[in-house]
Amino acid sequence: MSTAGANIAMQSPIAETARQPLLSVRGVKTYYGNIIALKGVDMDVHEGEIVTLIGANGAGKSTLMMTIFGNPRAREGTITYAGKDITQVPTHEIAQMSIAQSPEGRRIFPRMTVFENLQMGASINNFAHFDEDLERVCTLFPRLKERLQQRGGTLSGGEQQMLAIARALMSRPKLLLLDEPSLGLAPLIVKQIFDIIKELNEKDGMTIFLVEQNAYHALKLAHRGYVMVTGNITMSGTGKELLADPQVRAAYLEGGHH
Amino acid sequence: MNAPSITTTSSDVSATRGRIDWAAALKDSAKAALVMFGLSIPLLAYRTDQSGADLLLDPRWDLVAILCPIIFALRLAIHAFTATRAYRKAVPSPRQATEVVHAEPSAFQKVSRFGIPFFLGVALAFPFIVYVVQGGLNESRYWIDLGILILTYVMLGWGLNIVVGLAGLLDLGYVAFYAVGAYSYALLSTTFGWSFWICLPLAGILAAFWGIILGFPVLRLRGDYLAIVTLAFGEIIRLVLINWVELTNGGAGIASIPRATFFGIPFNSDEDGFAALFGLEYSPMHRIVFLYYLILILALLTNFVTMRLRRLPVGRAWEALREDEIACRSLGINTRNTKLTAFSIGAMFGGFAGSFFAVRQGFISPESFNFLESAIILAIVVMGGMGSQIGVAIAAIVLVGGPEILRNLTFLQAVFGEGFDPNEYRLLLFGAGMVAMMVWRPRGLISERQPSVILKERKAISGSLVKEGHG
Repeated sequence: MSTAGANIAMQSPIAETARQPLLSVRGVKTYYGNIIALKGVDMDVHEGEIVTLIGANGAGKSTLMMTIFGNPRAREGTITYAGKDITQVPTHEIAQMSIAQSPEGRRIFPRMTVFENLQMGASINNFAHFDEDLERVCTLFPRLKERLQQRGGTLSGGEQQMLAIARALMSRPKLLLLDEPSLGLAPLIVKQIFDIIKELNEKDGMTIFLVEQNAYHALKLAHRGYVMVTGNITMSGTGKELLADPQVRAAYLEGGHH
Repeated sequence: MNAPSITTTSSDVSATRGRIDWAAALKDSAKAALVMFGLSIPLLAYRTDQSGADLLLDPRWDLVAILCPIIFALRLAIHAFTATRAYRKAVPSPRQATEVVHAEPSAFQKVSRFGIPFFLGVALAFPFIVYVVQGGLNESRYWIDLGILILTYVMLGWGLNIVVGLAGLLDLGYVAFYAVGAYSYALLSTTFGWSFWICLPLAGILAAFWGIILGFPVLRLRGDYLAIVTLAFGEIIRLVLINWVELTNGGAGIASIPRATFFGIPFNSDEDGFAALFGLEYSPMHRIVFLYYLILILALLTNFVTMRLRRLPVGRAWEALREDEIACRSLGINTRNTKLTAFSIGAMFGGFAGSFFAVRQGFISPESFNFLESAIILAIVVMGGMGSQIGVAIAAIVLVGGPEILRNLTFLQAVFGEGFDPNEYRLLLFGAGMVAMMVWRPRGLISERQPSVILKERKAISGSLVKEGHG
């Protein structure tokens, strides 16, 4: 988006604020009842970056993403978005602050048409841009254009994932949170989806936070990455560094996707 | 009447041949009729009448002569049905797409194209049709009363459809809002003498207010737990009505509630009454016909508002909430407000229907608002197909009109004997109907969800192909 570039230009005289991350998570602890799921997580996402979070099942990746959205709420620590503390902001208000989320398991509305699903994504903002945004997601995902009038539940898994991402894009987000977009998809479709994520980042300057199991693809795509193990961030670095790291290779890449 | 089951074999044969095998079907139907004839000799052909000490045999061969052809025809119809179905299954439709699932016009579209104008026309013309058929106003009272009863339930069904069908909040205490509306009108009109037209919106507002009061504590509940709390809410309202004697006159109810007027003109035989002003001969039926059109307008209003709301963001949010609450929240929908609007708007229409009930009956008591009423309204919504307006209307006709038709099936007494009361088998038939629904249409008569936005062309996918809940 052009506004992203303008923001950086405006803020450049003050070096400190320019370096201030778009999203920052500090010492966040989240519990499910008495069970601790996040044990004090620190993480930053800067504007224009693709940041990925990898980790095994049950490490707390999805919990972190949901905690950013305030559901469940962090019991300790702070989450700041664009300089504003959003730790206690209600979920639906967070979703109106130009953060969009494509939750785990797609969660499209199965009995509503593709078109209605996209309307749901847009309805929080004003509808003035609706046609324009619809056009845009249709060029990104030509498959969806063919199926606009079809019910969400009748789409294939890959198309549903595309719909979930498209629906999130309808609100014109600055920051897009994606939870396992490759879940249960064929390698070819995964590649398509990752190409689109890359395009969104490079062309539109969209900031993307990507939670993934598919460590190889995610790290190759991302500028920076974090590794999460049982509720703690254990490693961080650029995508290349993490890909080359022997520990990461042993835990997440060996025998994996090459 | 259990003829050896050759339906399966014969339909298999006929399926491969591509059409019904008439010779086999006729032979089997004749066999069935013969078995029927044999069975009817000891069972039907003679009837024993006792007159004093004598036992008289009363021959009833005419009945046998009627029933045997009926059995023959029914058997033949079964053959035709199974054969065509097997044929359809065996030969896939050439229009069936391999990739995209659509094209065949759905049950909904078939019904809606002809059904909606037809139903609307019949509903509008109903008093006239009855007048012509029954040959007089006073003779048609029973039918118009039945029409009013059915329309009341259609309206209640449509009101509850907002809560259950669209927003997906299972509400077992809907009758509470019906009661609030009825008591609002009854108390306001008997205490302050306010007219129906002032009390109607007030009753709606009060019911909506109670909808919000119910909505707040149950915001976090879903499914079974929500159902239990709403069930309790319905009972609480009823018990309060019984026990708050100073206000509601307790179980004795409120009597002599002012009747409906034609916008201020009373329906009586006075000089300034409705009949005199319009130069008609006075008839108490004028009021009944007026009530019929009043409830028709209220029901259509409910339908119209619901259909419009579905196209607005709030209506879409209701449906999205039914599909997936977590996705809704992550899309920035305020689920609390969405649920409260669904509860309050649904309750408002319940309140309208309640105040209509009070003005029609002239007497209300807590007994009219028991759990069975909630169950019937919910059954109408579930049977009609959650979220489907036309389905709810059909279900209301079947569930409310059905028992009345049963009451009139006196000819069955000729078959089963003098003491047979078809109405006593109402619940049995109701249960059988529900089982049949579970087997053939588990998601209601019209399970299809009509998209709120139609793009260029209509492409329908049967609702049964789409899983509810998580995609």
